[in-house]
Amino acid sequence: MILSLYLILAAGLFAVGLYGLLSQQSIVMIMMGIELAINGVIVAAAAVWYFIVPGSPDAQTVVLVAMTAMAVEMGMGFAVTTAIFRARDVDMVDSASDLKG
Amino acid sequence: MDAIAFGVCSVGSIAAGITVFRVASMARATFALLASFVLAAVPILLLGLTYLGVLVILMMVMEMMIMVVFMLMYMMNPAGLMPMKMVHNNRVSTIVAAVVFVVLAVGATVTPWPHGGRRSNADPTKALGLDVMGPHMLVMVIIGLVLFATMVSAIVLASARGRYDRYGDDLRVRPPQDPVQGGLGGRRRGGLQR
Repeated sequence: MILSLYLILAAGLFAVGLYGLLSQQSIVMIMMGIELAINGVIVAAAAVWYFIVPGSPDAQTVVLVAMTAMAVEMGMGFAVTTAIFRARDVDMVDSASDLKG
Repeated sequence: MDAIAFGVCSVGSIAAGITVFRVASMARATFALLASFVLAAVPILLLGLTYLGVLVILMMVMEMMIMVVFMLMYMMNPAGLMPMKMVHNNRVSTIVAAVVFVVLAVGATVTPWPHGGRRSNADPTKALGLDVMGPHMLVMVIIGLVLFATMVSAIVLASARGRYDRYGDDLRVRPPQDPVQGGLGGRRRGGLQR
């Protein structure tokens, strides 16, 4: 097993997530895309720890930060979905384009 | 053996990730995402990061159990019984994602990555624990603050009627201004007399 295979796996997860968050209409599905993309970051950080800097745990800390980002993203995403659904009965991003420039 | 496990799990993880956006049923999409996370955690376990791999699996199992409830609550097509199109801008999204994947994969392949430093014999989990309680304590403190802010703002955003809606701006309105009078606060005035 080599580093580039791990990074290609991470790139694949990130790209699938990117497709999801660009293409999906439902707010919850967009959150799923973001989670997949962050999971790619987690895999990449773990591989970097093992193959490049095994002596120091910095890359492991990046994994912890990425997992926190996932949790925060999901909590806030569901809160925003709940708020906008309650206020305007909206569950799709196409109906929530008020801030579109 | 490790190579086989890595190959199977990484291909499976990406395939499950693609499945998320292809199935019509939202419950199935959530469980496909769970499968993708669990399969992606196996390569992390193979690297010897037992704690982080198990953490990813446990956290994702819990998160997807919560997510499936929200999916059924908010999705237009929860059970997937009715085929419908749920994407916009599909072509451009596919092209962008493919280009990003190719660029990242080529970059990962051709970059002359530095070779690993000295591998310490210490348990990686212990090293991580000492790190977040030592040199990287600031990171963990900020994470704690961010999580706390998230909890507060999520509740503020998601609650329908807070105390300022019920008791007025100075919290002095009695009985509370509820759409339907009831409960312990509202009945006293006039309703039930002993």
